[in-house]
Amino acid sequence: MTEIPVDIIIIGAGPAGLAAAIAAKKAGIDSLIVFERDEIPGGILNQCIHTGFGLHRFKVELTGPEYAHRDVVEAEKLGIDIRLGVTVLDLNQDKIVTCISHEKGLEKYKAKAVILAMGCRERPRGALATPGTRPAGVYAAGTAQKFLNMQGYMPGNNIVILGSGDIGLIMARRMVLQGANVLACIEIMPYSSGLNRNIVQCLEDFNIPLYLEHTVVDIKGKNRLESVIVAKVDSSRTPIPGSEFEIPCDTLLLSVGLIPENELTDCAQAEMSRVTSGPVVNSHFETSVEGIFACGNVLHVHDLVDYVSSESAAAGEKAAEYVLGKRDTSKLIDVVDGKGVRGCVPQKIFIDDKQGIDLMFRPDNVYKNHYLTLTAGDKVLMSQRKMILAPGEMVNVRLNEDKLSLISEGEELVVSITPEKAG
Amino acid sequence: MYDVIIIGAGISGLSTACHLSRYSCDMLILDRGADVSEGATKANSGIVHAGYDATPGTEKARFNVKGARMYEDFCKSYGVPYQKTGALVLGFTDEDENTLKKLLERSVQNEVPGCRLLTKDEALQMEPNLNPDIALALYVPESAITSPYELTYALADHAKINGAKFLLNTNVESLSHEENHWLVHTDNGVYKAKAVINCAGTGADVLHNIISTKQVKIIPRRGEYYLLDRLEKPLFSMTIFQVPTSMGKGVLVTPTTHGNLLIGPNAEDIPLEDDTATTRDGLDEVFTKAKRTWQDISLRTVITTFSGIRAHEKEGDFIIGKVEGAPAGAFEAIGIESPGLSAGPAIGIELGDMVAEYLKLSKNTNYMPPTPQPKPFNGMSDDEKKLAYEKDPDYGKIVCRCEQVTEAEIRHSIRRPVGATSVDGVKRRTRAGMGRCQGGFCSLRVAEILKEELGEDNLLTITKMGKGSEMLTGKLSEGEI
Repeated sequence: MTEIPVDIIIIGAGPAGLAAAIAAKKAGIDSLIVFERDEIPGGILNQCIHTGFGLHRFKVELTGPEYAHRDVVEAEKLGIDIRLGVTVLDLNQDKIVTCISHEKGLEKYKAKAVILAMGCRERPRGALATPGTRPAGVYAAGTAQKFLNMQGYMPGNNIVILGSGDIGLIMARRMVLQGANVLACIEIMPYSSGLNRNIVQCLEDFNIPLYLEHTVVDIKGKNRLESVIVAKVDSSRTPIPGSEFEIPCDTLLLSVGLIPENELTDCAQAEMSRVTSGPVVNSHFETSVEGIFACGNVLHVHDLVDYVSSESAAAGEKAAEYVLGKRDTSKLIDVVDGKGVRGCVPQKIFIDDKQGIDLMFRPDNVYKNHYLTLTAGDKVLMSQRKMILAPGEMVNVRLNEDKLSLISEGEELVVSITPEKAG
Repeated sequence: MYDVIIIGAGISGLSTACHLSRYSCDMLILDRGADVSEGATKANSGIVHAGYDATPGTEKARFNVKGARMYEDFCKSYGVPYQKTGALVLGFTDEDENTLKKLLERSVQNEVPGCRLLTKDEALQMEPNLNPDIALALYVPESAITSPYELTYALADHAKINGAKFLLNTNVESLSHEENHWLVHTDNGVYKAKAVINCAGTGADVLHNIISTKQVKIIPRRGEYYLLDRLEKPLFSMTIFQVPTSMGKGVLVTPTTHGNLLIGPNAEDIPLEDDTATTRDGLDEVFTKAKRTWQDISLRTVITTFSGIRAHEKEGDFIIGKVEGAPAGAFEAIGIESPGLSAGPAIGIELGDMVAEYLKLSKNTNYMPPTPQPKPFNGMSDDEKKLAYEKDPDYGKIVCRCEQVTEAEIRHSIRRPVGATSVDGVKRRTRAGMGRCQGGFCSLRVAEILKEELGEDNLLTITKMGKGSEMLTGKLSEGEI
């Protein structure tokens, strides 16, 4: 099969793929294709009809489709080639992309650079191994959101939500507004994994009880869900015998985590992080395979789309520089998760980067009045007091050129959350 | 009046139906499920046992060995997965060593070729992820794996193209005999036949006891499983058993024909024959026992859990043939627990021939041999994919991302002779929704395709697995979103 040559292929036309494409195009890449398996660009934003998007980037509160529309319009203006209804089947280390579509059948492309922007998916019930029957009425919250917002169907009437991820919280409010009874939101941790604003606006404003440190221990119902059994958990997240209570319901929505969708990353044999479930990248967003870049939720699960866009724009720019032979890749050092920090991205940084570098991670617990501390060797680069740090909200730290210049080759940059100011 | 009514559309009933298709005969197949293969056939380990451990002289041993020998060709003719992976039976103690030696003797008596004892080092060399605390292992090269429900769907199609009629969602309540024929009383009417074959799985004893003076007793025995995601490098290439106990072959760890890893089952006698719930205790038992095989067991990649019910007859053996103590024309396959899947093709031939002889059926001169199932898209080479697309551009639309199932395959699964009528029916026929996201992305699209193919007005009538399991509860009015 002949391989069609192209400079940059971007896999996915959600917010990450669109931002990367726009940035790469602006950086001077004309030979660029975006493959999108859906029939419309915009990814998951299309089903997110609530507001809350774009406050950081556009300083205005948009719905998901409105946010996506802005990028789609810009991409169109720039003449970016977005191919819809195309599924990428394989990607190898030589950056050969195999894809199929209804329109053109099987095709192969050979790219100079590939940007992975496939997004993430929801953890299903099976991954929790929750015991019980397997009736209709148990859905991932995003699946239910798609049924409701894209097709106009109600997934159920009496709803329990397991997990307090953002999609679950948004769906709690959405189902109430649509006339359903949302009976409870059950969260195994002592804190919510969603944004605080969503806890307030989606649960508290509608008097939906949030059961922290509880979980669903049994699912009942032969054909359609009839009830769930909820139990309190101890500090090791083990259900406490005797604490069980039953909630009759016909629908259980799961919002129990998102997993980056990395089948193609695996095909290309890029090194993966067990913490983020995404590829390991350097501060150019390049994976362990030269010329393959990753950004957005395929890299690590974000809290706000605004940060997906900014990260992906940076990835698009760096991929363009790579293709144009403009980049300098000396002095790479490792970034290490210290105490309190989970999955800092990028995992490796170029310390001679003139533009500075953004680090992102999620705290592993809720911390009040702690210090965000960055050290390299015995040098403290930063130790900044934070009122509150929580797993539901990503932490973004900027390291400017001055700070980077303090780090020597061979040192590790350790990011941690400390009770006392360091240094 | 039908020549034959078969009660139960699982592996035994449908193997028998396919064999009877070689004869000229009017056949009706009844099942209480919304689909075929809904009972024990749906949820088991998928192992084609070589026959080394059944007690010599029992029906289990005879049918297992005969069935296992036919299996490869049988699966090939239906285009259904079959892989001769081999198996190990692990021993940890001196007592286990004695048991394994006895099993080796049995394998010789049952004429299962190639079995031998391996030292710990030999076993670890073949399967490096085994618990290093094993003492020895019995190697069974003839052990194989298949996909039980895919095989059963293919059998159903084969019986149907040869003229068998199917009536699903139909529960047989009673049987009665009149002069020279049988009446089958169901919740969906009364049906007449010259012969009846009771392959009703966990419900078979009730029907047997209505017509026979010799009573039998089925004890529903539940087994729970974990299913793990596919990995680039499989952790185990063979089926790994531990030494068997009185409750069965014990917890095994095995690859599936689709590259997943299956861990289970435990064995628990339960009062309700249709209680396929999983339980915390059951799953924990499976985990603990499997740890003996796979010390570093990790549930990080679990994609689902499920349970299946085996029909254990209290005497412990298969009961196959004419119903003892009943009027003529009644046949049965009862107590078809493990190695029932392995025995299936042999049960079909023997039971089918018995019925044909009783009814003095002539050969079916228009017999249609099975047509092999088309190769799944995700197993095709690039050239095969191109060819498939040229014939049907719906191969260009990937619906299930995890398992790369195309719209063409989903439409085919609904259009085939005994086609899918529910989301789970599509899932088991195509694997759409069987992957790591468990239908999160594709279930909506699958529901839409079902709606189109079944000619429904909207998605409200689309079910997960038959009536009562509707996916959605209401439709918004125009412009309401």
